[in-house]
Amino acid sequence: MSGVTIRDLGKAFPKEDGTATQALEGVDLEIGDTEFICLVGPSGCGKTTLLRIIAGLETATTGAVTVDGRAVTGPDPKRGMVFQEYSLFPWRRVIDNVAFGLEMKGVGKEERRRTADRYIEMVGLSQFRDAYPYELSGGMRQRVAIARALANDPDVLLMDEPFGALDAQTRNRMQKELLSLWDQTKKTIVFVTHSVDEAVYLASRIVVLSPRPGSIREIIEIPWPHPRDRTSAEFAEVRRRVLRMIDETENAQ
Amino acid sequence: MNRQTQKRLLGIAALVVAAALWQIVAEYVVGRSFILPSVTDVAGAFVNLLESGTLVADIVVSLEHFGIGLLAALLLGVPIGILMGWFRVADFLLDPIIEILRPIPPLAWIPFAIIWFGLTTQAAGFVIFVGAFFPILTATYAAFRSVPKVFVEAGKVLGCDTSLELIRHVALPAAVPAIASGIRIAMGVGWMCLVAAEMFGVSRSGLGYQLWHNYYLHQMPNVVVYMLILGFAGLIIDRIFRNYVDQRLLRWHAGEVA
Repeated sequence: MSGVTIRDLGKAFPKEDGTATQALEGVDLEIGDTEFICLVGPSGCGKTTLLRIIAGLETATTGAVTVDGRAVTGPDPKRGMVFQEYSLFPWRRVIDNVAFGLEMKGVGKEERRRTADRYIEMVGLSQFRDAYPYELSGGMRQRVAIARALANDPDVLLMDEPFGALDAQTRNRMQKELLSLWDQTKKTIVFVTHSVDEAVYLASRIVVLSPRPGSIREIIEIPWPHPRDRTSAEFAEVRRRVLRMIDETENAQ
Repeated sequence: MNRQTQKRLLGIAALVVAAALWQIVAEYVVGRSFILPSVTDVAGAFVNLLESGTLVADIVVSLEHFGIGLLAALLLGVPIGILMGWFRVADFLLDPIIEILRPIPPLAWIPFAIIWFGLTTQAAGFVIFVGAFFPILTATYAAFRSVPKVFVEAGKVLGCDTSLELIRHVALPAAVPAIASGIRIAMGVGWMCLVAAEMFGVSRSGLGYQLWHNYYLHQMPNVVVYMLILGFAGLIIDRIFRNYVDQRLLRWHAGEVA
C-alpha cells in the first residue's frame, strides 16, 4: 500500500511587508495505491506548492501529509520527483544520472548500473546510456528524469508539469509512454499540469483546485480504461466540464 | 590549402616580418644594444644563458615559487569559497574580513612576506598566494551561489541528506567550470605577482630576480631573454591547464554552452 493522505493542509508564504500570502488552505485529499491523480487549476492556485509539500521540499504551515501512514518531514527518495525544468545533472552521463539515487543509498557500482540499465531500457533509451544530457532532446531528458526517479523504487511518483516544455507531438508520445510505465510499475502518480487535455487523458481522478487560497474545488473520477480516445464525445464533454470549472474559479476572484 | 594551414602560415609569416623589422630597426636605426637589443643579440644571449645553466635553474626556482603560491591559494580559496557560498552564516561572518583584505594589492604584502619568511621560496610563494587566493575564492563563492536550485532539489529528493553530500555530489560538480575559470585568472595574477615579488627582493633567484639583476648589470639582451621566457612560460602554463580542464574535466560543459 502506498497511499497518500493529506489532512487540512495549509501553506502561507511570508511576504516582505510582514503579512503572508495564503497559498493553500484546508486541503483534504486521500490518494489510493496505484492511483493516477492529476492536479489542475488556474495558475497561482498552488498546485505546484501542494506537490512540493508532498515531496517534502516545502513545509506545510498547517495540517500534514502522510505516505503509508508515515508523516512527511523532508525530501525522501521514497517519493520520486520529476521537475518541470530539465533537472538532469549535466556532468553525469545518462547511466550515472539514473544511478545517482542508488549511489547515494550506497549500492555497489555493479548493482546500481544493472538497475539503472533496466530503467533506461524501460524508457527506451538504451542506446543513449553513455550520452551526456546535452546530447539528448527535451523529451529524452524527461524520460531519463523519470527513469532516475523510478530507479529509487519510490512509493509515489510526483511530477510537476514534466511535459510542459515539450512540443505537442512529443508530449502526446510521452503521455502514452508514461501510461505504459505506470502500468508496468504500478506506482502511485501525482501529476501537476495546466493542460486539461493531458489530465483527462491520463488521470484516474482529476483534482481541480481553486486559487487564492488554493483549495480543492472538485474531484472528477474518470473510470475509462486506457488508451483513451481524445476525439470521442465523452472525452470532450469531461474536458469542457473541467475547463468551465477552472474558468469559474478564476472569474470568481 | 585549408583554413588551418593558411592561418598557421600567415601567423608564421607575420612573426618573421616582425623579427626582421626589429632586427633592422635595432641594428640600423637605433644602433645601440643597450637601448634596443637586436634579434641576434637576444638569440646569442639566450644561447649563453642556456649553456651556463642559469636559465634552466631560474625557471625551476620560479616554477617552485609559483607552485607553492598557487597550491596554497587552491587549498584555502576553494574550501573557504565553498563555505561562504553554501552557508549563509559563514558568508556573513567572513565577508567583511575578505572585503577589507581583498583590495590590498598583493605586492603590498612584500615587506611582511620578507619579515615572516625571510628570503625563502615560501616568501615568494606567499606573495603569489595573496594574488591567486582572491580570484579563486570569489570564483568559487560565485559558482556556489549560482548552482541552479533545481539541481539541489533533485539531489535532495534523490537521497542527499546532508549539506556535505549535496556539496560533494551536486554543487561542486556544477561549480567546477566557474571555479576552473577562476583558477585560470588566478594563475595569470599569480604569474604577475611572481615577477614583481622576485624583482622586489623577496628572492635571490628566479626569472623575475634575474630580469632585474641583469638590468642593473646593463645586460639588456639578457633582460629581453627573461621577458620572453616569462611570457612563454605563462602562456604554456595557461595552455596546459586549459587543455587539461577542457578535455578531462569538462567534456559535458562544452556541450552545454554556445
